[in-house]
Amino acid sequence: MPTMQFKIYRYDPDRDERPRMQDISVEIDAADRKLLDVLVKLKAKDDSIGYRRSCREGVCGSDAMNINGKNGLACLTEVKDLKQPVVLRPLPGLPVIRDLIVDMTQFFKQYHSIRPYLINDEPPPERERLQSPEDREELDGLYECILCACCSTSCPSFWWNPDKYVGPAGLLQAYRFLCDTRDQATSERLDDLDDPYRLFRCHSIMNCVDACPKELNPMAAIGKIKAMMLARTV
Amino acid sequence: MVKRILVGAHYGFRDWLAQRITAVVMALYTVLFAVAAASVAGSGFEGWRALFASGFMRFATFVFFVALAWHAWIGVRDIFMDYIKPTGLRLALHVLVILVLVGYLGWAALILGRL
Repeated sequence: MPTMQFKIYRYDPDRDERPRMQDISVEIDAADRKLLDVLVKLKAKDDSIGYRRSCREGVCGSDAMNINGKNGLACLTEVKDLKQPVVLRPLPGLPVIRDLIVDMTQFFKQYHSIRPYLINDEPPPERERLQSPEDREELDGLYECILCACCSTSCPSFWWNPDKYVGPAGLLQAYRFLCDTRDQATSERLDDLDDPYRLFRCHSIMNCVDACPKELNPMAAIGKIKAMMLARTV
Repeated sequence: MVKRILVGAHYGFRDWLAQRITAVVMALYTVLFAVAAASVAGSGFEGWRALFASGFMRFATFVFFVALAWHAWIGVRDIFMDYIKPTGLRLALHVLVILVLVGYLGWAALILGRL
């Protein structure tokens, strides 16, 4: 059976003075298609390695990590495409809880700040608020976000100002509600984002587009928010 | 002052738009200047003097400098927002940059007026 080499970031803030990189290898077979399959084997070999995982099929977003310098989901990363030794680090810019597990409080705080829910004061109809198929199509490429944080944690603007800049994931969701024809808080949402930090820290460097494991385009969504502001202003 | 995360200064969009418009102005002037420079190439000091004697060229050049100063102000302030965290120091640097840019603009106006 072939062996796969890893260099894994190890850090327990309660015990370690500083982080270190651990060299470790594991035998793989043909059934190990995705990186997560190999990580499960690694965990069996050294159960002190910490990482998050849940659905193992790219839906929950738990196993986001920095893989050979690029953020991605272990469960969607093909083993055959990886250069060895595979260097695994936690998502950059967030506090490390242990090894590959990061504290995502700040990320979700920004997500909640954009009010990620439909705001509509009209009494709801008996069954549901209907949309035309064209209006519904606007939500494609937005609702699929699984909030894995690969995009926001690859964005230097989010590294510098995680407390003030919403970040690509939050802004993608902001546009998801801005373009929803059932939402009535468009103006308030735009007012909230018209701020040099919350939206305009984005300098369109496209790291978010490059990192997104679901192949979404937060930068395009940010551009559409700016276009809405322009249409409202001029 | 209570430690709170303060956001909501409503100049984000205005400055973003200004940065794009000033960039377009500078790009247009660059083309205009390249064409004008090519037209006076080889004619020496007198050729350049005649070029800038026209009111249009002086006006366009001054608009370029205004666009440059405005663009630079937004860009430099963006850098300070990322890297200079103490409010007092940031304000002092903002004032310094504004004074320098206003000084440069005045200087440019003086030079263009003397031609």
